[in-house]
Amino acid sequence: MTAATLSPREMKRRRKMGADYVPPSPYTVKAALTEGDIFTKLSAVIFGLGNIVRKQYVKGIAFLVAEIAFFVFLFTNGIGYLAKLPTLGTQKQGKVLVDGYWVYTEGDRSVVILLYGVCTIVLILLFLLLWRLSIKTAYKAECLAKENGSAPTIKDDWKTLLDAKAHQLLMFLPTLGILVFTVLPLIFMISMAFTSYDHRNLVLFHWVGLENFKQLFSSDVSNTVSASMFLQVLVWTLVWAFFATFLNFFLGLFLAMVINRKTTKFKNFWRSIFSMSIAVPQFVSLLVMRSMLQPNGAINQLLMQWGWIDSPLPFLTNATWARITVIIVNLWVGIPYTIMQVTGILQNIPVDQYEAAKLDGANWWQIFTKITMPYIIFVLTPYLITTFTGNVNNFNVIYLLTGGAPTPVGASAGKTDLLITWLYKLTVDKSDYNLGAVIGIMTFIVLAVVSLITYRNSGSYKNEEAFR
Amino acid sequence: MSSKHAVAEPERRGLLHDQKKRRILGDVLSYVLLSVLAIIWLIPVVWVFLESFNKNTKPYPKTFFPTEFTFDNYVKLFTDTTVLNFPKMFTTTFIVACFTCAISVVFVLSVAFCMSRMRFRTRRTFMNIVLILGMFPSIMAVTAIYFILKAMNLTNGNVTIIALILVYSAGTGAGFYVMKGFMDTIPTSLDEAAMIDGCTRFQVFYKIIIPICKPMIVYQAITGFLIPWLDFVMAKVICRTQSNYTVALGLWLMLQKEYVQNFYARFAAAAVVISIPIAIMFIVMQRFYQESMSGSVKG
Repeated sequence: MTAATLSPREMKRRRKMGADYVPPSPYTVKAALTEGDIFTKLSAVIFGLGNIVRKQYVKGIAFLVAEIAFFVFLFTNGIGYLAKLPTLGTQKQGKVLVDGYWVYTEGDRSVVILLYGVCTIVLILLFLLLWRLSIKTAYKAECLAKENGSAPTIKDDWKTLLDAKAHQLLMFLPTLGILVFTVLPLIFMISMAFTSYDHRNLVLFHWVGLENFKQLFSSDVSNTVSASMFLQVLVWTLVWAFFATFLNFFLGLFLAMVINRKTTKFKNFWRSIFSMSIAVPQFVSLLVMRSMLQPNGAINQLLMQWGWIDSPLPFLTNATWARITVIIVNLWVGIPYTIMQVTGILQNIPVDQYEAAKLDGANWWQIFTKITMPYIIFVLTPYLITTFTGNVNNFNVIYLLTGGAPTPVGASAGKTDLLITWLYKLTVDKSDYNLGAVIGIMTFIVLAVVSLITYRNSGSYKNEEAFR
Repeated sequence: MSSKHAVAEPERRGLLHDQKKRRILGDVLSYVLLSVLAIIWLIPVVWVFLESFNKNTKPYPKTFFPTEFTFDNYVKLFTDTTVLNFPKMFTTTFIVACFTCAISVVFVLSVAFCMSRMRFRTRRTFMNIVLILGMFPSIMAVTAIYFILKAMNLTNGNVTIIALILVYSAGTGAGFYVMKGFMDTIPTSLDEAAMIDGCTRFQVFYKIIIPICKPMIVYQAITGFLIPWLDFVMAKVICRTQSNYTVALGLWLMLQKEYVQNFYARFAAAAVVISIPIAIMFIVMQRFYQESMSGSVKG
């Protein structure tokens, strides 16, 4: 296909992607339906017919079997699942008296209906893809049969799968895994945000539209969630992520530079001491820290033994204390990682730059701000962004240390709860799945805004082939 | 730095302008700082180690470090399986970890190879979708995954182990970014030369790219192996009965109110036991990681 016949959209795509541009396949659905012969056109109804006619039996039969399997599923179960989706089930669990015993008749279970409904919709979408594929391969087989006398055999197809189309072979299972265990649960969970699936309606619930989002932004504090509580958690999440990321980064950088000083001896010894704490699984060290920081824990015991304090310090029981404590404990957890990351980069900075700067009479502060920092920031921007998003979603530190406590009486979120631990508490502990889903969506929006702005401007995204 | 000026202007030779004295001062300060911090970083680690030998198994002891030592906690951990079956948890976690490790390496390598070396129309779309998916909080999907596993009938009895393997390994293909970055530094001329010699893309993948990626594969393998040992949230939702618990859940359970009175010292012992393999892996990983950071092809 030449450039002259490309659509404006394709031309734009081509300009934008440059060398990465891959021309579209000439075997389109449109071409197949207008220019294909009768078998190709019929392939839109009977999948694989075009292939079978062109002696691609295995491929054709596979298509046909897939189509039949889909329709069997659709007519036996699929339609039933879809029909219940708008109401999410209405029949309550009942009981009837049979021979003097209560026999329970099964009612509708909305979660199951929702899950199967979502799965059916995903399957229908996949079926549409299969439909496209069926027409395209039929047309391709027709064209190739005309050109070469016969369509490619299964052996030829396998050869292409190992060579020019190796990506289809290699990507199949990983993509399937992501689809089933990442995309599907997310669709399922997002759809829960629009239902009344909470602790009062565990069996039967229904669609409520944007009601849950309204509750999140309402000023009524008697609800499980309210605007003021959301704002409190959101602000603390951002404050936490900011301090956790940047304090870790700068203190870690400082320590790495102290270790990296020319005259510091036993560099490896110091580094291994700091990385010993990484070797202890994070949840173990966090659980240990928690038990050490309790009012009657080891640290308070020690301080009282020395006579420094009379009564235990409220490390995790007072809101302000707890907030500062989690940030400091997080420093303990995070700084070794920063040291590890930064050390490699520090050693990679070209030495001649330092020498040139020294010859020109720069002092250490000038060298630091003009050479070291720009280099590190350039290399580590993506790392900093991932750390920031990682900290927004830092479940372990908060949940294992404080569990969100201290929690005001009656509130669903504690003073140290992040959005993510709040979400966990709402779904797993309180069974308020709809509110949990709403908070998940809000977290996504916050993260998407932060990372899109920064990530798309970073060098490593714009120029992925810079170092080839 | 300032030595040249110092020689030129001898009258400015104060404490801070004498390079030698200044360096000694800097050394002393940095050694003091490093020692203090090293102690802070080591105390919890040492404390866990000593507590695991504590004769007094009650929580919240009177003294910071234990006074009497015994090996009992370790013996009980592996022999007393009536309340908490630690050996079983250990084997479960180990099996899950092995499978997760193998699957995640294969997935990450294939996806990274396709993203780095192949050019196809959905490549950019795939990368962007994975990026967007990564922004959803992972915990959000936990309950949904439980329902899906339940629908697949994988949440009861001994099949939970399959559920755990699936959950930990299925999505690993999305973590291809580091590996892709590494493959991007391998010169394409290598592939081209091989393809001129008659290699298919698939052969390029396993004959050229995989051997070069060895350090990163080790890194990936160890990360994959560690997932089940460290995860706690997923396991808690999926393993509803204690017989299927993984090590992380077992440790967490030991600190709950019902168990903590008897299991406090054993918790420390268990922590030490699972820290040893992780520490060894970690040391190996760090070496390979630094090696791979220095670039793929030398010379």
